[in-house]
Amino acid sequence: MSFEFPLLSLIIWLPIVFGIAVFATGNDRNAQLARWISLVGSILGLLVAIPLYTNFDSTTGAMQFIKNHVWFERFNVNYHLGVDGISMPLILLNCFITPLVIVAGWEVIKERVSQYMGAFLIMSGIVNGVFASLDAILFYVFWEASLIPMFLIIGIWGGPNRVYAAIKFFLYTLLGSLLMLIAFIYLYLTSGGSFLIEDYHKLSIPLTPQILIFVAFLLAFAVKVPMWPVHTWLPDAHVEAPTGGSVVLAAILLKLGGYGFLRFSLPIAPDASHYLATMMIVLSLIAVVYIGLIALMQADMKKLIAYSSVAHMGFVTLGFFLLNAYGIEGAMVQMISHGFISGAMFLCVGVLYDRLHSRQIADYGGVVNKMPVFAAFFMLFAMANAGLPGTSGFVGEFMVIMSAMKVNFWYAFLAATTLIFGAAYTLWMYKRVIFGSVASPAVEGLKDISRREFVLLTILAISVLWIGVYPYPLTEVMHTTVDQLLTHVSNSKL
Amino acid sequence: MNFIPPDFTPASSEIFMLIMVCVVMLADLTAGDNRRYVAYLLTQITLLGCALLTFISFSTEVTHTFNGLYVDDTMADILKLMVYATVSAVLVYSHTYISDRGMLKGEFFSLILFATMGMMVMISASHFLTLYIGLELLSLSLYALVALRRDSLVATEAAMKFFVLGALASGFLLYGMSMVYGATGTLHVSQLAQIIQSEASSKEVLVVGLVFIVAGISFKLSAAPFHMWAPDVYQGAPTAVTLFIGSAPKLAAFGFVMRLLVEGMGEMAADWQGMLVILAVMSMAVGNIVAIAQTNIKRMLAYSTISHMGFLLLGFISADSNGYSSALFYVIAYVLMTLGTFAMVMLLCRNGFEAENINDFKGLSKRNSWYAFIALLLMLSLAGIPPMVGFYAKFSVLQAVVNAGYVWLAVVAVLFSLIGAFYYLRIIKLMYFDEPETNEPILLNSDVKILLSANGFAVLAFGIFPQTLMGLSLYAIQSSM
Repeated sequence: MSFEFPLLSLIIWLPIVFGIAVFATGNDRNAQLARWISLVGSILGLLVAIPLYTNFDSTTGAMQFIKNHVWFERFNVNYHLGVDGISMPLILLNCFITPLVIVAGWEVIKERVSQYMGAFLIMSGIVNGVFASLDAILFYVFWEASLIPMFLIIGIWGGPNRVYAAIKFFLYTLLGSLLMLIAFIYLYLTSGGSFLIEDYHKLSIPLTPQILIFVAFLLAFAVKVPMWPVHTWLPDAHVEAPTGGSVVLAAILLKLGGYGFLRFSLPIAPDASHYLATMMIVLSLIAVVYIGLIALMQADMKKLIAYSSVAHMGFVTLGFFLLNAYGIEGAMVQMISHGFISGAMFLCVGVLYDRLHSRQIADYGGVVNKMPVFAAFFMLFAMANAGLPGTSGFVGEFMVIMSAMKVNFWYAFLAATTLIFGAAYTLWMYKRVIFGSVASPAVEGLKDISRREFVLLTILAISVLWIGVYPYPLTEVMHTTVDQLLTHVSNSKL
Repeated sequence: MNFIPPDFTPASSEIFMLIMVCVVMLADLTAGDNRRYVAYLLTQITLLGCALLTFISFSTEVTHTFNGLYVDDTMADILKLMVYATVSAVLVYSHTYISDRGMLKGEFFSLILFATMGMMVMISASHFLTLYIGLELLSLSLYALVALRRDSLVATEAAMKFFVLGALASGFLLYGMSMVYGATGTLHVSQLAQIIQSEASSKEVLVVGLVFIVAGISFKLSAAPFHMWAPDVYQGAPTAVTLFIGSAPKLAAFGFVMRLLVEGMGEMAADWQGMLVILAVMSMAVGNIVAIAQTNIKRMLAYSTISHMGFLLLGFISADSNGYSSALFYVIAYVLMTLGTFAMVMLLCRNGFEAENINDFKGLSKRNSWYAFIALLLMLSLAGIPPMVGFYAKFSVLQAVVNAGYVWLAVVAVLFSLIGAFYYLRIIKLMYFDEPETNEPILLNSDVKILLSANGFAVLAFGIFPQTLMGLSLYAIQSSM
């Protein structure tokens, strides 16, 4: 093709331009206009991302849709974009979630509507930028910039303890990323003046610096994933964030960390990855088992789902560091599926919260009597969260457990306990909230979901079931890239 | 004996400035109370004229004049142009503030112009005495500016403190210079470098002199542990003067360090590198940690300045043009951010009300979402978050530090900037997450409005397209060395 359409640039900048347009609508007198502009913007953002899938060549592991311009030559930094089988599904996930978030906040957000909607659109563009960047500094700029809208979303529209949560979120993530910046600078100097990520993949580095680089990356990505023991910001942020914020946080922002491992840690420091794989696996298993137990004890629904996110993301890191094809593909599927399921779970809690303004499990009971349709949706997502076969939650977990079995029986054994714990905490919560007799007059007055909520949950339900039954379209696009990554990682760089 | 007149062209802008200062003073005498704007306009015209003269004489050649007392090179021209722009912006920002407080008098403008001239001399000096004269011209004008409200107790106290400590610092500097003279027999910057290189001088005396010179410089830069004056002066001085002290003189100080340490004593880099490492780490530690405890916005910004000066010194540690140009980029970015930030503080001042407490920022986004957004950009930039220019400044300095082999120092620097991020975030929190304490509208003249918006957007634009400033810094350093 002679004419190269700047598809990735469009995917990044279209939501940002719409976000600025939404800001420009000003105060709440134009709230309805702001809502519609953001909806149009987010849907256009999804539509322009579709060619990314249809024109994707899944037979190659190389970067596609490449766009390369000089950004600032003082440090040889380029505006270099491209996607492969790892980043493409994540971009699609992000573009898919954004309209849902806009719709989810449609009536709920009444104050500073334009700022809320604009912040989500801008964040969507920035996150696409993170996934599409092939230049380390470009990546870093998008990575850090994504903190700003989220910080404001939690801080302005969050719950009572929002200030603490917002600042904790910001500083925790900043800590990790600053060390990553130093790792980038070190790599820039050792590679002879290049910030191109693919150059770093080829660079041979002795073991000690490799381990240091790995640790710097680990801090950045582990905080974002989040892995045990740096996960403590997540429950705080989730509990205080508005529903849309929680959805984006769980569905998208956590994936940035997982993506970072695949794009940076594994290929740049493969020897350190092998060297430290056991440690990473142990940390992941602690997340799966221990955090699963913690989730069991939660009285707050959002906190429970937040902890369950940590446990599920533990599966993702576990899959990565088993260092075989099933593990990594399973982890990728798990990331995408977690995006749908956790997003749906937070939306469900949001539906209840909008009506009763409480997230405490104890305040509910017998909701099924008043909201049967909602209860059915919630059932499906709860089952998916517990990893029921036929839902997307099962596919990823099963693949990771299979690959763990190849490596070590006990890894697989401990990982499989999640099927028990996951079912326990999710279904127990479900039982206490939904079943039983009507607990209070407030529950008595509940109304079933509106059409808007119905559409949202239906879309997510279809996605969850589709990946659960037929994951092939998803695994197909990533297969070649993952194979190539594994070949790369198995070669020593010493 | 023939008298050969020196070449005046390299100093044409300084000469023009001197004439115009006298004009401003005389014009203000005759103008009377209801025509105070005459002095203001004349001052702006002076700055414009200087800028034109500097621009016309812009060349990539290094020209010495006045028997080598004075030098004109690319770095000097670029720094001077920046100084004019900064001072001009300071005047626009502070015009309302000073006229509200009855300070719109000729003294204010002539002192500012004298201080600017001092900076120009510092930037262009190539002799230790010229450097010293420039520094004193700047310092004495600043002391007077701080004390301009003579009925204000805090201002007088701040001025006294500033004067006493400043005099002490000048003493240090002079003592160090005399040691260097004793060891080498010259005060010419370029000759000094040659003599040190030829090792014809006593190294011990030189190093002792160097210690005093570095101490004197640290005083002027307000680097810890010589930072004590900065918080008091920043707090005590009228905000317009704080804005001035916090911005343009940092550019001059950069030039001063370049002339003294790099051009004069560059051969002794190994000796001063170690000192700068200690000063930088201490400044970042003191600045960032103590700033957290501040409730006075001006004191907080003073500590923030201290930490930024620490970061600036990091740029010099690598002792190569990569590092110097990073430091220059840092100082330009810093001045851009400081201008906007203090302008924000002044914007919250109303007639008779001084915005001093950080709580005055409360609920700014509800009072005026546009200014809150500008302040958001500025705070994020000060915290070094991309895509603001402050990030690229930090990035380029860190790059120079790692390049010089100090990876641990870079780690220390980022950890302190993480601590620093907290108190900038706190301002954002006050503006966006809290309810306003007052609903008084914020009234601004349209020139301030435009300039402030431009300032905020420059912080973002130079972040999205950092090459302009980065390239300019590199060009300035490379063509001057």
